[in-house]
Amino acid sequence: MNKNYFEVLRPGINSTFQDNGRNNFYHIGIPFSGAMDNRNFLLANTISNNEINNPVVEFAYQGPKLKYIGENISINVTGDVNFKIIRKNKNLEFSCYENIILENNDCLDILSTNRSVYGYLSIGGTFEVDYYLNSCSTNTKAKIGANSGEKLKKGQIIHLKNIKKILPKNKIEYLNSKIENIRIIKGPHFDYFSKDAIDSFFSDEFNVTKLSDRMGIRLKGPKISNIKNTNIKSEGLVKGVIQITADGDPIIMLSDHGTIGGYPKIGVVISADYDKLVQIPPGSKIKFKEINLKDAETIFKLYEMETQNLISNIK
Amino acid sequence: MIKNISNLGDAALYCDFGAEVNKEINRNVINYFNNLRDSNFLGITNITPSYNKLVISFDLRLTSFTKLKKQVENLELKKNNNSKNNLIKIPVCCAEEFALDIKRLQKLLKINEAKIYETFFSKNYYCYMTGFIAGMPFLGDMDKSLFAKRLETPRVKVPKNSIGITEQFCNIYTFESPGGWNIIGKTPVDIFDNKKNTEPNLINPGDTISFYPISKLEYEKKYE
Repeated sequence: MNKNYFEVLRPGINSTFQDNGRNNFYHIGIPFSGAMDNRNFLLANTISNNEINNPVVEFAYQGPKLKYIGENISINVTGDVNFKIIRKNKNLEFSCYENIILENNDCLDILSTNRSVYGYLSIGGTFEVDYYLNSCSTNTKAKIGANSGEKLKKGQIIHLKNIKKILPKNKIEYLNSKIENIRIIKGPHFDYFSKDAIDSFFSDEFNVTKLSDRMGIRLKGPKISNIKNTNIKSEGLVKGVIQITADGDPIIMLSDHGTIGGYPKIGVVISADYDKLVQIPPGSKIKFKEINLKDAETIFKLYEMETQNLISNIK
Repeated sequence: MIKNISNLGDAALYCDFGAEVNKEINRNVINYFNNLRDSNFLGITNITPSYNKLVISFDLRLTSFTKLKKQVENLELKKNNNSKNNLIKIPVCCAEEFALDIKRLQKLLKINEAKIYETFFSKNYYCYMTGFIAGMPFLGDMDKSLFAKRLETPRVKVPKNSIGITEQFCNIYTFESPGGWNIIGKTPVDIFDNKKNTEPNLINPGDTISFYPISKLEYEKKYE
């Protein structure tokens, strides 16, 4: 019998179980999913001394409030997150990126992400979740993955297993830097747009609208007028692709995106900027900057090296 | 057979097979798709076939555009890789409550309901691709007499399992979803089964589909 569990007192706005994502199913319409901010996901599991692909709870804006029942367990929160632990009616403050010991009857209250979108909760142990097509990542659109493909719900019980007896004491100082300039590589339909449209695409600012979620970020700004055709024959999409809708507004496709799409693709966000892109909250302004493939590859190598350094400093 | 390979961002190949949409080009796409699935090239994370393109995503930590492009260009295609494609029969109930746009189509096409269905059920359809939402098959080609535009204002919710047609194509809404295709009926068969852990898709690219009509009574029986 499993005696260690969380009770969900408040689910938060968009709290789901995620891991590294689901490969090789785009051709049947199933997107990659997985943790939106991969670096913070990796850090969460590393700080917990977990396997790198262990499930975590991802939350957006307001996180869940969870009551813990069971033996002492280590947890950590990554991202730029405000949270507290309520222990015997006392509020205890902690920082992100450090192991915290939860005791029986403690209440973990993840209040909000600060000027960012996503944060992660990892435990020294494993959330007992269902797997589907080699991943537990929840895709609420296809209703697959952990939690029957649903967000966390009020009152539900999350069972835990493999709780580590030796509680890790890891801690790092990490600052989530924010970006406003998004670097992109030209897309295959760059020449569908007028010279003026291209000019304003790179020189004007765009607003991140509220119609943004795990599927995509919708932007509002100058209309990007199309001189060829506002539709193309539907074809494959990838994370970070920027489509221009018939109305002339850009949409950046994110981890839960539809696998194919019929709007022209003006560009693709470089891989190194993806983790920071997803963290840009609605109401922010962003700008696009074009770079070439070679530079994008070099920048990614550096970004990946930085991630690996952070990980090896914990281990 | 691939006309051109370019990069889609820094972590995907964009393979162009030609401008048109036809079976011949699409069979090429699917043949490459099948061969690539068997290739074990390092770093491939997803391969997405569509009408006339193939997008190959990869893990930039493991490979690069230049490396993978060379491998794809030198890929030796095994012949007859399409032999495993199936003929799948899908029942459709055309009761008034399911055929949401049949009245609109009669007006638009100037053909009566009986003739629309007779034409629709008389053909086999080819699956060009699946996707957008999980399991949704894009089938073609419709008989020319049934070519119809999308709804001017898309529905906010198309019921799950609805059969829709537009221009030369027809598809099946595997989930309740927004959509603007003309709905002519509904199938009791789940095209995407999210309970199945292997091959949740009933229809795959390259398959042939034939539809057959069933009554409301049969529809209800199949649902039980």
